[in-house]
Amino acid sequence: MEILLQQIINGLVQGSVYALVALGYTMVYGILGLINFAHGEVVMIGAMLALSSLTTLLGMGIPPVLALLLSIVLAMLGCMALGYSIERIAYRPLRHAPRLAPLITAIGVSIVLQNLAMMIWGREYHSFPQLIASHPHTFGGAIINDIQAIIFILALAIMAGLMVVVHRTRLGRAMRAVAENQHAAQLMGVDINRVISITFMLGSALAAIAGLMVSANYGLAHYYMGFLLGLKAFTAAVLGGIGNLRGAMLGGLLLGLIESLGAGYIGDFTGGFLGSNYQDVFAFFVLIAVLVFRPSGLLGERLAERA
Amino acid sequence: MTKPLLEVRDLQVAYGGIKAVKGINLHIAPGELVTLIGSNGAGKTTTLKTLAGLLHPSGGQIQYDGRNLHNVAAHQRVAMGLALVPEGRGVFARLTVQENLQMGAYSRDDKNEIAADLARMYELFPRLAERREQLAGTLSGGEQQMVAMARALMSRPRLLMLDEPSMGLAPLMVQKIFETIRDIAALGMSILLVEQNARLALQVAVRGYVMESGAITLSGEAGELLGSDAVQHAYLGA
Ligand SMILES: Nc1ncnc2c1ncn2[C@@H]1O[C@H](COP(=O)(O)OP(=O)(O)OP(=O)(O)O)[C@@H](O)[C@H]1O
Ligand SMILES: [Mg+2]
Repeated sequence: MEILLQQIINGLVQGSVYALVALGYTMVYGILGLINFAHGEVVMIGAMLALSSLTTLLGMGIPPVLALLLSIVLAMLGCMALGYSIERIAYRPLRHAPRLAPLITAIGVSIVLQNLAMMIWGREYHSFPQLIASHPHTFGGAIINDIQAIIFILALAIMAGLMVVVHRTRLGRAMRAVAENQHAAQLMGVDINRVISITFMLGSALAAIAGLMVSANYGLAHYYMGFLLGLKAFTAAVLGGIGNLRGAMLGGLLLGLIESLGAGYIGDFTGGFLGSNYQDVFAFFVLIAVLVFRPSGLLGERLAERA
Repeated sequence: MTKPLLEVRDLQVAYGGIKAVKGINLHIAPGELVTLIGSNGAGKTTTLKTLAGLLHPSGGQIQYDGRNLHNVAAHQRVAMGLALVPEGRGVFARLTVQENLQMGAYSRDDKNEIAADLARMYELFPRLAERREQLAGTLSGGEQQMVAMARALMSRPRLLMLDEPSMGLAPLMVQKIFETIRDIAALGMSILLVEQNARLALQVAVRGYVMESGAITLSGEAGELLGSDAVQHAYLGA
């Protein structure tokens, strides 16, 4: 019972990070009908930027909490600039090209970013500095530490904030209008390029925070971390119904749970044949299952509407 | 003659290599209700889309309010007072009626005036008032046409362009839409009305243009066109 509760807690924490990244995929898909496969690398760059600035700032003797806040801001700004540039350079010139073209440039951008990160930060794992003594709290026999609690609460708060922006503001209305009908949105006076740029920047800001969260949670960052994380968050977005914001959040949390519970019990199911190191496999089972049985995802509409 | 609000000279538009508009001239005076009629594929929608900035001309000039629109993007034209109610309406189905109308005011920042205009639109179209929180995609065709018109009016246009507002509507709804067009025109707004329903269009308009295969073949006072043999034959089934 304690184990179950523990797996649920771990799953929700990891899932909330997936959700933040999945939102980036789904917002871009919603507005451009394009899968930004470079998004995972933006998360990685966010983690690296945050970590570097954190180490530097701490080295300068800046108090930990202030250093942390500053490095979050720096990572967000860096990733927003990156997201903006990716759209301008890799996607905008191909806006009217066949669908395959931007997919290929996305892969190109991923490779460039990975290599760039490797050149700047090297191949080694970077460890996340111990900032706060992370107190474990026990309830019901399960343990949640401060960092996990902060990650989960912050992620939920950010998602709530995003929903407010999208559903209650002029900008959000314009984003939804552009997502639905670009010509009609232009006829309302919307500069669609501007809205598209802002969408990329918003998604990238979330990615930066997610990157920092992952490295804080595991205590590590690495130039290759974006690949798997991106793929899982993409799975989460597809699971929820790509293009649907609530779907991305639901999909992220669910995927986190599936992974965590799966990893916890896979040994029992397979009589010890497979261990929890097979945890990454679940995301891909989920991806395949969704694509086969319910390609529109849990909350998605029929894909034909977007063709 | 007063200085025209819109003046189009030798406008040409092509899709790839295919010419859809082959050098047309037209003008609209401030406060004038002008109609552009013609059969399917004549190039009417192409003309309106080009005026709105969604398509780029391959030749010719568009002067609006004394300004050449050549380098003015579609979204900037809205702020200048050009509004298009597109063919097929183009309402945002997943936005509520109210949000659609708010989108119409996107290029404005006079909050109080926007609120007042919203109230005015609900007076003009009471059916929309009852449905303001409903998703626009769930409305009937006629109601969607009202949303599209109200939304365009929310930008406070000086020139309102309507592309086949009667399309697919029952006769009673067509009546209602045309009454509204007349009311709007009475307020002094310039209107360019594209219609399949030539008789109705010529009845509300002051002047008219007849378009055939990308060219203007006839133009004149609406009353004269309504009486002319050529129009009677081709468009009024007489
Ligand atoms: N996107 C497009 N690509 C290629 N050709 C097009 C496109 N849109 C319109 N055309 C062609 O341009 C010509 C003019 O079309 P347009 O839609 O302007 O006609 P219309 O007068 O509005 O007709 P209708 O009364 O049927 O709406 C037609 O021959 C049409 O086939
Ligand atoms: Mg047409």
